Amino acid sequence: MSATTSDVSDERFLRSSSPLQRLLTRPELGSLVGAIAVFCCFALAADSFLRASSLGTVLYASSTIGIMAVPVALLMIGGEFDLSAGVLVTSSALVSSMFSYRMTANVWVGVGVSLLVTLAVGAFNGIMLARTRLPSFIVTLGTFLMLTGMNLGFTKLISGTVSTRTIADMEGFTTARALFASTLTVGGTHIKVTVLWWLALVALGSWILLRTRAGNWIFAVGGNEQAARAVGVPVARTKTALYMGVALGAWICGQHLLFSYDVVQSGEGVGNELIYIIAAVIGGCLITGGHGSAVGSAVGALIFGMTSKGIVFAEWNPDWFTFFLGAMLLLATLLNTWVRRRAEASK
Amino acid sequence: MTRTDSRTALVELSGVSKHYGNVRALEGVSLEVHAGEITCVLGDNGAGKSTLIKIISGLHRHDGGTLALDGEETRLASPREALDRGIATVHQDLAVVALMPVWRNFFLGSEPRKGAGPFKRMDVDRMRRTTRAELLRMGIDLRDVDQPIGTLSGGERQCVAIARAVHFGAKVLVLDEPTAALGVKQSGVVLKYVTAARDQGLGVVLITHNPHHAYLVGDRFVLLKRGTMVGNHTRGEITLDELTSQMAGGDELDDLRHELQGDR
Repeated sequence: MSATTSDVSDERFLRSSSPLQRLLTRPELGSLVGAIAVFCCFALAADSFLRASSLGTVLYASSTIGIMAVPVALLMIGGEFDLSAGVLVTSSALVSSMFSYRMTANVWVGVGVSLLVTLAVGAFNGIMLARTRLPSFIVTLGTFLMLTGMNLGFTKLISGTVSTRTIADMEGFTTARALFASTLTVGGTHIKVTVLWWLALVALGSWILLRTRAGNWIFAVGGNEQAARAVGVPVARTKTALYMGVALGAWICGQHLLFSYDVVQSGEGVGNELIYIIAAVIGGCLITGGHGSAVGSAVGALIFGMTSKGIVFAEWNPDWFTFFLGAMLLLATLLNTWVRRRAEASK
Repeated sequence: MTRTDSRTALVELSGVSKHYGNVRALEGVSLEVHAGEITCVLGDNGAGKSTLIKIISGLHRHDGGTLALDGEETRLASPREALDRGIATVHQDLAVVALMPVWRNFFLGSEPRKGAGPFKRMDVDRMRRTTRAELLRMGIDLRDVDQPIGTLSGGERQCVAIARAVHFGAKVLVLDEPTAALGVKQSGVVLKYVTAARDQGLGVVLITHNPHHAYLVGDRFVLLKRGTMVGNHTRGEITLDELTSQMAGGDELDDLRHELQGDR
């Protein structure tokens, strides 16, 4: 800051960046290039990849990750992690299912109770983080382990087995299934309703980040927490809201899980939290916070969906899936870093 | 201290003291800040400059003496209260978020909004326009307010922070070592904006350990040494050489010179 820039004169005030440079600094650029590359790769390797029915399958796989990747990306822009996000999806489904089965006759009551419980877990993460000032890695690792144990423990205690009883014959099941797990046919392609949830969340996430005061606060608490506090940004409130956003995503995913199969396996969801984070990072979120986008996280989820289904269409051994995912993560992150450095150096 | 001005000062400290337990951080310090004037606070490391800032900006309460704002004796409870009463402090770390665009930084924490209910949103056009206009008023022509503030130089960032304080209605601007980390040219740019703020009628408190910078722009000079006030002068009463020698420790420097020469 001192000696190196002292030779730079007032002309720097006059400098502006070209539209190309501005495009290059967009967080989602790297992931978009990656997505096109993956698409071309599988389009060449598997004939069936380009069929309309395959599109529906790919979008469905992308959407179940994408719904969570949006709030996880927002949280990451706010400078924090949530390792409990994966099992929270299962917890949300379990609460909904077991409350409906045990306490009421209508599944919608369970769905509502599940929303409250899931949001409370999100709030717990946020408040613990603010109160203890521990790193979010530790706080949510704790929540992750506790939820994993509670999922198994409560399910066995209440149902006697590791999965819940079916609620398919209960009142309200059909309407709930229509909202969370139906299939729409658009021009001959079967599109799962989760794709609509996903698109809506991406739009909402982008709106919040780019156009609202809350979005300004999210970038600020992730970019420089002390500075944000000094100018009066409510840091603890912003972060708690972000954790509750992740909980909202987990609730939507959890209800989808429940109403597409009508029973829930209590051990599911472990490991998914990393996939959400991977989607957000591939989409251009800085792991240190302060930079990223909701659209980027969607592209990251799309890359995940294309890879996981593309391998099947290409009839490759699916064991290689995680290898591709890992390689993709490294490449996308390197590309993002390189692009950003170039864009900033050329200023 | 003799009152050198019949007008009521924006900020007036008389005989202010601050102790941290048994440690005396500040003892009997007096200073005045008037509208359209720059009051410089000079002192070496550990002289009590930061304690003085913390009292004026509401971070700490003084335990002795009086602090008067617009002639009304008061005790600031928090930085927020200081801000509400028109005292804006630009700290050394500037409180900017490097990765965020200039306009987002400019309004951070006080974003103007439009619309209602769920469609309540930031007035982005107005924010961009105002940022550009306010910077222009300080003489900074920043064509692209969308660039991350981290891509600006240290001096430019300091200027944005000053422009922000001016825009949000500060009457008193407290600047903590604004030129400490800057080169000669950048320091010059920052001092230019400090005087621009003064010309707009603000009272400025400039904290520095550089008597040359202070003398270039200052109207009043308060010298601190180990928590006590060793000098309080208006511009007409003191020359740069006297200021420099008092600042450097005057007699102590002479002793040191004799000592060093005696060794030969």
